[in-house]
Amino acid sequence: MATEFTPFMSLFGGILIGVAAIALMALHGRIAGMTGILAGVLPPVGSDWQWRAAFLAGAIIAPALYLIAGGSVPFAVPVPVWAMVLGGVIVGIGVHFGSGCTSGHGVCGMARLSPRSIVATITFMITTGITVYVMRHVLSVGVA
Amino acid sequence: MHIVSALLIGAVFGLGIAISGMANPAKVINFFDVAGTWDPSLIFVMGGALVTTAIGYRIVFGARAQPLFAKSYSLPTRTDLDVRLIGGSALFGVGWGISGFCPGGAIPALGLGQPAVPVFVIAMAAGIVLARTALSAMIDKPASA
Repeated sequence: MATEFTPFMSLFGGILIGVAAIALMALHGRIAGMTGILAGVLPPVGSDWQWRAAFLAGAIIAPALYLIAGGSVPFAVPVPVWAMVLGGVIVGIGVHFGSGCTSGHGVCGMARLSPRSIVATITFMITTGITVYVMRHVLSVGVA
Repeated sequence: MHIVSALLIGAVFGLGIAISGMANPAKVINFFDVAGTWDPSLIFVMGGALVTTAIGYRIVFGARAQPLFAKSYSLPTRTDLDVRLIGGSALFGVGWGISGFCPGGAIPALGLGQPAVPVFVIAMAAGIVLARTALSAMIDKPASA
């Protein structure tokens, strides 16, 4: 399933992600890592869950408002439901032990030149690439 | 006040994710499918976010000794590379490749009202809780039996 190349919207979206990361650091002193923010509202819930819940709520509401306002967000799931369940569980386990994901390591940690984040990002980019190759071209999952 | 601030910052993050294409599993998988229907858009997302954040962090850390709503910046201090970091990150990539969703892409995608998204998010939350409880207990327990 091909998707449209969108360099300008993607760059603009990326800059907004960066602006949010800067604001969260300047105002709250926190890394804008979705793994850490989400983990703090899951059991056992941490004592500072309020700002995390607010951040998550904002992150969910904004795309909904954007759609209501007439914006378009292309969306397609090219894999079966079992891949969502399996992928979800593996992502959850992986980001816990890896202490972060694309936002925490790939953006915030790399921006601080953290050696752990640089190694983590290189590692998951490689295994994601290998997994996509195996899923698409070896197992032919989700390929019409 | 700091709750409203976190809500608004979350909104900027979520909007950025949505319009960038990171909330679209088809686009994310295509970014990695260099051998197939390659879509290089996400390099612009990650590049834009990374360069913006790197510049912004420098300005913030240089201008203010502490954040507005907290006593200090909460920054990870570890620099060692261990098996958990690398193994966990490797595993995360496998899950990202299978589903097309990373945590930062999936949470804002909940706002799009697509039924596949809560399926992924619930599975991911279960994975985090499982890792924090049963799996951590299993790994941390010295092999005594």
